[in-house]
Amino acid sequence: MASDTLNKKPVRWHIAIFLAPAVLVYTAIMILPLFSTLQLSLFTTVDQKLVFAGLDNFRTLFGDERWADSFWNAFGNNSWFFLVHMVVQNPIGVLLAALLSSPRLRMNAFYRTSIFIPTILSFVIVGFAWKLILSPIWGIAPSMLDFIGLKSLFAPWLGRDEYALTTLALVSGWQFIGIPMMLIYAALLSIPDEILEAAECDGITGFSQFWKIKLPLILPAIGIISILTFVGNFNAFDLIYTAQGALAGPDYSTDILGTFLYRTFFGFQLQLGDPNMGSAIASAMFLIILVGVSIYLFGIQTRLRRYQF
Amino acid sequence: MQSARQSYGRSIAAHAILATYTVIALFPVFVVIINSFKTRKAIFRSPLSLPDAESFSWIGYETVLKQGDFFLYFQNSLTVTVVSLALVLLFGAMAAFALSEYRFKGNTMMGLYLALGIMIPIRLGTVAILQLMVASGLVNTLTALILVYTAQGLPLSIFILSEFMRQVSDDLKNAGRIDGLSEYRIFFRLVLPLVRPAMATVAVFTMIPIWNDLWFPLILAPAEETKTITLGSQVFIGQFVTNWNAVLSALSLAILPVLVLYLIFSRQLIRGITAGAVK
Repeated sequence: MASDTLNKKPVRWHIAIFLAPAVLVYTAIMILPLFSTLQLSLFTTVDQKLVFAGLDNFRTLFGDERWADSFWNAFGNNSWFFLVHMVVQNPIGVLLAALLSSPRLRMNAFYRTSIFIPTILSFVIVGFAWKLILSPIWGIAPSMLDFIGLKSLFAPWLGRDEYALTTLALVSGWQFIGIPMMLIYAALLSIPDEILEAAECDGITGFSQFWKIKLPLILPAIGIISILTFVGNFNAFDLIYTAQGALAGPDYSTDILGTFLYRTFFGFQLQLGDPNMGSAIASAMFLIILVGVSIYLFGIQTRLRRYQF
Repeated sequence: MQSARQSYGRSIAAHAILATYTVIALFPVFVVIINSFKTRKAIFRSPLSLPDAESFSWIGYETVLKQGDFFLYFQNSLTVTVVSLALVLLFGAMAAFALSEYRFKGNTMMGLYLALGIMIPIRLGTVAILQLMVASGLVNTLTALILVYTAQGLPLSIFILSEFMRQVSDDLKNAGRIDGLSEYRIFFRLVLPLVRPAMATVAVFTMIPIWNDLWFPLILAPAEETKTITLGSQVFIGQFVTNWNAVLSALSLAILPVLVLYLIFSRQLIRGITAGAVK
């Protein structure tokens, strides 16, 4: 940073020019509307007029038994949804990336391209395709289980409240596994050959090489995918909406914060939409996400070591 | 050094795991596509077999093409995605460069401010965004979607790109400065080519949510002439839910263009990732 060491520099306009377009679009379309939404949560509508209500909306959300039950149900489901992603999707993604990055692997591009395909599909496709496959009417899932002699294990997974959420979390993990895979793969490729050769000279190869040399070097990338998963999951909506509808059936067992927000915000069936209660839920989601991200930024990211090659 | 036999076994194991997962990844897509070419009877009698002369049928596609305007939907999606992606990459890289390269007052604050958007999903501000678009007369235009998606994509692209730009060697940039390159040239000529693999990664991560989004098209541009393919197929499938031929064909039609686009694009993406990795 030579330019910084010189004193009496004129105003560095290029910094402003580099920043301006991004900051302008971002502030006008994202930050300002977000804050006016947070603001809306402090108001209520009486006779079609906005009236300041302080924290009344939040008192209703957490105090009223009906609202509080729905909220904590959605929150619990959402946490489980996230946990399944962290335990299933991300480790498999890292494993696939590690295998893909092994030297002289044939058909490397084919695997990578194919495994990424579900990630490019929309929720509409994924939701309906899995709904059809798991449907007892069509019978692909039961007849395949029958083929390996496990037909008794079949259940209409999307229709049972004890399985539906986990099934959808696995479907979502199936869809998005390409993202951790690609990020980790890129991180693994950027490890210099000299380091790996040095490790080989010391007799560290294969699995222990991955564990002792590569894994510490890709920890920042793993940190990034964890936080991306967290934010993505606590903001999820489309898959549940496509597969189970706005009511997140059966019996709200797949209701997560996104669908709860949608129902409150825009209404469903006979219930009218309530923008102010919706804003209150949006604010609560904002808080949850804020806490998670702060833990990552201040508790985890600062402790990860970065290496410059 | 490892023996040849050991590495042979290891590569077989690697292939076995990767191939198994590839089958898992492709199976649902495969099932949907083959069944979209079958008669209704064949779909239910033998869902896993390929269509043959007897079971082959175009009936699903005929229904879809007669009832829905999929070409228009596709064109809308393509316009929205390409324009927003270009804006996100350009603006995002510029801002990431400013943040990672220069020390100035408020740098950290600006970084945190721009990173806010990673944690707060833009969806939480939907009501106010809708009010804004109504006020500016942009409801039911593709411009509204492009603006929203540009704002949505920027924070993450700035975050990832500045992580990568920090790794670009200072010596190189300083050499450029000594040679009299302006800061803009250093950015466009030296830094951008070096972070191309990161740009490719960011492009994929930005593009997917835009292409697949259901929420904003539904709220900001639900009119027939501005429907995106995601919204279009959602509405169509909702109407034809008991007509399995039509549903499977609509799904295939939604899959195929993206698949072709991806297969063309992925070669570039993979070349970018592998060739550009800093070795």
